[in-house]
Amino acid sequence: MGMDRNQIAKRIAKEIADGFCVNLGIGIPTLVANYIPDNLQVMLQSENGLLGMGPFPKKEDLDPDLINAGKQTITAVPGASFFSSADSFAMIRGGHIDLTVLGAMQVDEEGSIANWMVPGKLVKGMGGAMDLVAGAKRVIVAMSHTDKNGNPKLLKKCNLPLTGVHCIDRVVSDLGVFDLRDNAFELIEIAPDVEVEQVQQLTEGKLRIAENLKTVEL
Amino acid sequence: MTKVYTDAFAALEGLEDNMTLVVGGFGLCGIPEKSIFAIKEKGVKGLTIASNNCGVDDFGLGILLENKQIKKMMSSYVGENATFEKQLLAGELEVELIPQGTLAERIRAGGAGIPAFFTPTGVGTKVAEGKEVRNIDGRDYVLEKAIKGDFAIVRAWKGDKFGNLVYRKTARNFNPMVATAGKITIAEVENLVEVGELDPDEIQTPGVFVQRIFQAPQEKRIEFATVSE
Repeated sequence: MGMDRNQIAKRIAKEIADGFCVNLGIGIPTLVANYIPDNLQVMLQSENGLLGMGPFPKKEDLDPDLINAGKQTITAVPGASFFSSADSFAMIRGGHIDLTVLGAMQVDEEGSIANWMVPGKLVKGMGGAMDLVAGAKRVIVAMSHTDKNGNPKLLKKCNLPLTGVHCIDRVVSDLGVFDLRDNAFELIEIAPDVEVEQVQQLTEGKLRIAENLKTVEL
Repeated sequence: MTKVYTDAFAALEGLEDNMTLVVGGFGLCGIPEKSIFAIKEKGVKGLTIASNNCGVDDFGLGILLENKQIKKMMSSYVGENATFEKQLLAGELEVELIPQGTLAERIRAGGAGIPAFFTPTGVGTKVAEGKEVRNIDGRDYVLEKAIKGDFAIVRAWKGDKFGNLVYRKTARNFNPMVATAGKITIAEVENLVEVGELDPDEIQTPGVFVQRIFQAPQEKRIEFATVSE
């Protein structure tokens, strides 16, 4: 039932317009890059200091001085630039990045997000996530609608430690596309083989159904 | 006077127990490799280190953990390191987790004479607990303090004998801010050249920030080698 990881990524890629500078997080967000149409000029930002990230290099072109924020070797596209971490977060915090796509453990109807720590488990750190949700022009969350045990992840109120408050614009889950509006998740597009009742059942936070609800086009 | 030292061990003269260090690099990229080995060799203990990450078990800042030389880390992400995890759980190590952009800016502020600044990052989260939050023109911001070190240690691609530095690709990362934030800043460079050989237009860290410099080859270990077909 619902969209798989690649379909979620494909749907999110439609949010990217010509000329956008975009920061993609780890996991499903990384897959979004595979679906950006070639005719758009899009620059991918990597917060360790690169605007204009390209694909992984060929083996003979591996360069230890050229990595992404996940510490993987990558390449730079024509028009790319390198800069310091302070400049990188001036871009992010200063509202110069058009869109960021992140994963989440929980989101809530107030637009808050939790994705960096589970109490009692080892905390690895928030990296750049708190800056990205605080500063990017638009924040889209890519996530599974429920956890491994089938419990809702779109909540009334997050109970895990927060990454940011009132900062999410849109959530794309396996079940559909939701806009955060007036303290509710507004279902604007539903996945092809999913019923509204199923979404209702698996969403804990306040759910509103858009008047002109559409089916996700893939 | 000369800023040029023979090696990392010599450049770290004056390093003592319980000092605060600010160290450049992101993951294993752009870290001052030889200086970190020399800190281990010196055996100083009780160090507080501000650096984005803490290396891996057998390379980068991670090698100072097994020697129990680090008292506290100030980092944004420490996930690649099993020794770190063990010492943290055993209460032998303190960690202050700092959002990456806030860490970069705190170090920048330290070098720029700015004692603290307001940022929107972390408002309403654990990061803001115990800190002043102020509403400015309708939005909340949290007050974050500058970070300075007794020593700041960076890695650059090229440097001249006055301490002017040029970084390479994403090995730049935190290094330019770190270079400004030390009472004594040490630059470990892959290529040391004569004054005048670098084009003033290409210099990324002006030599005024650097007190000590030495040339050293780098292993440049790759954390995750990813290739396309």
